[in-house]
Amino acid sequence: MSTIALDGAQIVRPRRVLPGFGLTMGATLLYLAVIVLLPVTALVLKSAEIGWDGFWRIVTGPRTLAALKLTFGAAFLATLFNAAYGLLMAWVLTRYRFRGREILDALIDLPFALPTAVAGLALTALYANNGWYGSVLEPAGFPVVYTMVGVAIAMAFTSVPFVVRTVQPVLESIQPEIEEASRTLGAYPGTIFRRVIFPIILPSYLTGCALAFARSLGEFGAVIFIAGNLPFKTEIAALLIYIRLEEFDYPAASAIAAILLAAAFVTLLTTNLLQLWQLRYSRKV
Amino acid sequence: MAVIDMPAPAERAARAAGSPAGARILIGIAVVLTLAFIVVPVVVIFAQAFARGLAPYLASVTERDTLRAVGLTVLVALLAVPVNVAFGLVAAWAITKFEFRGKKFLLTAIELPFSISPIVAGVAYILVYGSNGLLGPFLEANDLRIMFALPGIVLVTIFVTSPFVVRELVPLMQVQGSDQEEVAATLGASGLQIFWRVTLPNIRWALFYGVVLCTARAIGEFGAVSVVSGHVRGETNTLPLQVELLYHDYNAAGAFAAASTLTLIALATLAIRAVIERRLPRTGRVGH
Repeated sequence: MSTIALDGAQIVRPRRVLPGFGLTMGATLLYLAVIVLLPVTALVLKSAEIGWDGFWRIVTGPRTLAALKLTFGAAFLATLFNAAYGLLMAWVLTRYRFRGREILDALIDLPFALPTAVAGLALTALYANNGWYGSVLEPAGFPVVYTMVGVAIAMAFTSVPFVVRTVQPVLESIQPEIEEASRTLGAYPGTIFRRVIFPIILPSYLTGCALAFARSLGEFGAVIFIAGNLPFKTEIAALLIYIRLEEFDYPAASAIAAILLAAAFVTLLTTNLLQLWQLRYSRKV
Repeated sequence: MAVIDMPAPAERAARAAGSPAGARILIGIAVVLTLAFIVVPVVVIFAQAFARGLAPYLASVTERDTLRAVGLTVLVALLAVPVNVAFGLVAAWAITKFEFRGKKFLLTAIELPFSISPIVAGVAYILVYGSNGLLGPFLEANDLRIMFALPGIVLVTIFVTSPFVVRELVPLMQVQGSDQEEVAATLGASGLQIFWRVTLPNIRWALFYGVVLCTARAIGEFGAVSVVSGHVRGETNTLPLQVELLYHDYNAAGAFAAASTLTLIALATLAIRAVIERRLPRTGRVGH
């Protein structure tokens, strides 16, 4: 989900007129410290405790490596799908007026509203060899359940809204004059999209993709049903963390968790930088 | 579905978007993909839940452990949501009514739980409150059990749902500005009076929607709760965990019945959103 947008034009007030700054700010920081900062710090400390050599040994262990490869690979596939599907949806929802558009718009949020375990259950039932899709796909030579494709489908489902919801407002805000000007200058619709519209939406488009990728990396509930969870084959990183935890192997669980946490921080950094880029762009326009 | 109305004058952009034939094709692809990819999975849940008719469905839903799971889920939501409502209001007030350095950083920190995998969150909480955790020795000395019990479930639920209310309130309160509150302050209203009489009426729908989203997620959270719950049947299993348990017990009918309940909650969330969107001032969107 996109970060909360800050209003660029804010008036600097000489004095605080409204009461409650100390109280609300103090409470906010205390809450963040206890709820967010403390656990994240504990995780970082625990991973640091293992030491670099130990960390490296855990992370490059064959089972961990296989899980990480599967997770990153499937997340990449899922993001590719959402990059295409999300852009199409954002375009159709903002540029065309047709009956049922509001319903189509609302349906985009369904994957966020649906609990991930429910999504996983539904997708498994659908793509299993006796399911509505699986009974057609599997005889045709495309098994989905217990494969990397199945993992990618579950990841793609749960991260659908990211690209749509980050691109949609930007597409909506593009002034019609810009496109009309290019049209009167003789540009084809394809050219207008490529040369005029796409550069404007690019930062938010990449933000949406980065968020979808990050969500896919960490997805658990939806994936474990459809994946079959065979070690070395269809076992995702989040599940391996869970398994290590049940074995009371806290160092291993923390090390793998630290990798996913680092990926989350990289995503946050990327999306913040992309947002700066977008602000710079909108000022130019 | 794919019949195109003439674009209104205000929607000139739609005209620049290409030929009607091209539009029809794109709309067609979008509708078919959405039906196949998003709608059909939801239909499957109900189809499976009612596969053997209403009576077995009702029997599964009212099964003892499932009912207990429902009770626990409701209890967790009742404990976690108010905490995040309070946090959301307080944080939104601090962020939107005052200027300070590091505001952008604070907003990023608030949204951090959205970026962290629920499993990672669960592990992080175990490393604080578990017996080997930072506070483990202290908790054990005082005979306090947090992990693999209700407090742990509530804590991780608070973590994963903490950004929902803030992120609904901040954009709206930023657009509304502080003029009305400042007038009230100069007229001698106290902080609480300003909040109750001026701010709250202005933000009530956004707040309500934040509460709805927060509650929906609190009810549906799976990964983080799964790590810290301990999976004691009829005791520390929330409804999503019960779905998994029934599924692994080869009780598919029961699993889908429980899942259908959760799906109804999700659909209700979307319906509430559709209603509220009409009441909220569209920030940044002119006309509609």
